[in-house]
Amino acid sequence: MPEILDQARTQVLDNGVGLDEAGVLAVLNLPDEHLPAALQLAHEVRMRWCGPEVEVEGIVSLKTGGCPEDCHFCSQSGLFTSPVRSVWLDIPALVEAAKQTAATGATEFCIVAAVRGPDARLMKQMREGVAAIKAEVDIQVAASLGMLTKEQVDELVEMGVHRYNHNLETCRSYFPNVVTTHSWEERWETLKMVRESGMEVCCGGILGLGESVEQRAEFAAQLAELDPHEVPLNFLNPRPGTPLGDRPVVEGKDALRAIAAFRLAMPRTILRYAGGREITLGDLGTRDGLLGGINAVIVGNYLTTLGRPATDDLKLLDDLKMPMKALSATL
Amino acid sequence: MTELVEPAAAQRWCDRCGEPADTGAHAACQAARELEPPRYCTHCRRRMKVQVVPTGWSAVCVEHGESRG
Repeated sequence: MPEILDQARTQVLDNGVGLDEAGVLAVLNLPDEHLPAALQLAHEVRMRWCGPEVEVEGIVSLKTGGCPEDCHFCSQSGLFTSPVRSVWLDIPALVEAAKQTAATGATEFCIVAAVRGPDARLMKQMREGVAAIKAEVDIQVAASLGMLTKEQVDELVEMGVHRYNHNLETCRSYFPNVVTTHSWEERWETLKMVRESGMEVCCGGILGLGESVEQRAEFAAQLAELDPHEVPLNFLNPRPGTPLGDRPVVEGKDALRAIAAFRLAMPRTILRYAGGREITLGDLGTRDGLLGGINAVIVGNYLTTLGRPATDDLKLLDDLKMPMKALSATL
Repeated sequence: MTELVEPAAAQRWCDRCGEPADTGAHAACQAARELEPPRYCTHCRRRMKVQVVPTGWSAVCVEHGESRG
């Protein structure tokens, strides 16, 4: 057994203290023959510190495309020649999407907008949309609207938004290679305000942006420092027309190593499968991740791309005897 | 996938890359479309307004109407 896994067994599994950056790097550098042991340990950590429940979420894009920012992975930037056009979802369609999500048994519904930060029109749409959902659908509402002012944070709390997603996307040292129109620190500032407001913090990122293994470890350590309630883990799905459109997808084994390593860095967080798992891991890898530290999934489609049918994921959870988190457990 | 718009006798444009459907290789486009909605109208090559929701998608061409999946 590699020394790092022995160390993690005591430190993380027994004591609930996450690995530091050096420890995460050691896990990311484990040879293939030790990957099953790393996944097994990460699974034990998840079961010990989070329990067997899996949190299921659906997401929808309230405002698609036309974003003024230049996140190099994103097909919704208005600065690239992506085929994605700008479009707004109306309130009845938003409520219907929440109903469809709730019908899967999901407890979370995240409303997302491709913006630098919300303007008055978007905040009005949010206010009306969240109120309409709460009137008709039993589901927790989360939001992802870019960078916020303190006033906007307070307004979202008042609306009843219980969790706010704002991904750091990658580590601080690599961020300028991925985004030039705003800084990592600006994102961190929004996350601080969200934390102080009492909303739950959801913050993750994307692997496969061209970062080194060392930078993946740096990212995990920075997320652990933030200590978010939830970490959505995406794998780059290269989008046509974006600066990262020709990048290779993350190797399945590297993705699984990252899942185990991020779990060992953050034993108590909700670690969620987000975009890109279909092309990076496929069906078998999806199962391996759920047995290797993942305890939450986005079901159904993403913002501009399609996911596996929700029924496939729900059947997988059933096969694995992993119960879906009940709404009552989230309130 | 359920297409509400009747397909034309011949689809002139690839709905993923927007290039002529009868020239070039579109096998990769077809494979990618398993996990992507269409982006270009196959009749006129216009970029469509596409809305993805958790259980489906809709794509609107200003000239040729809406399709859904």
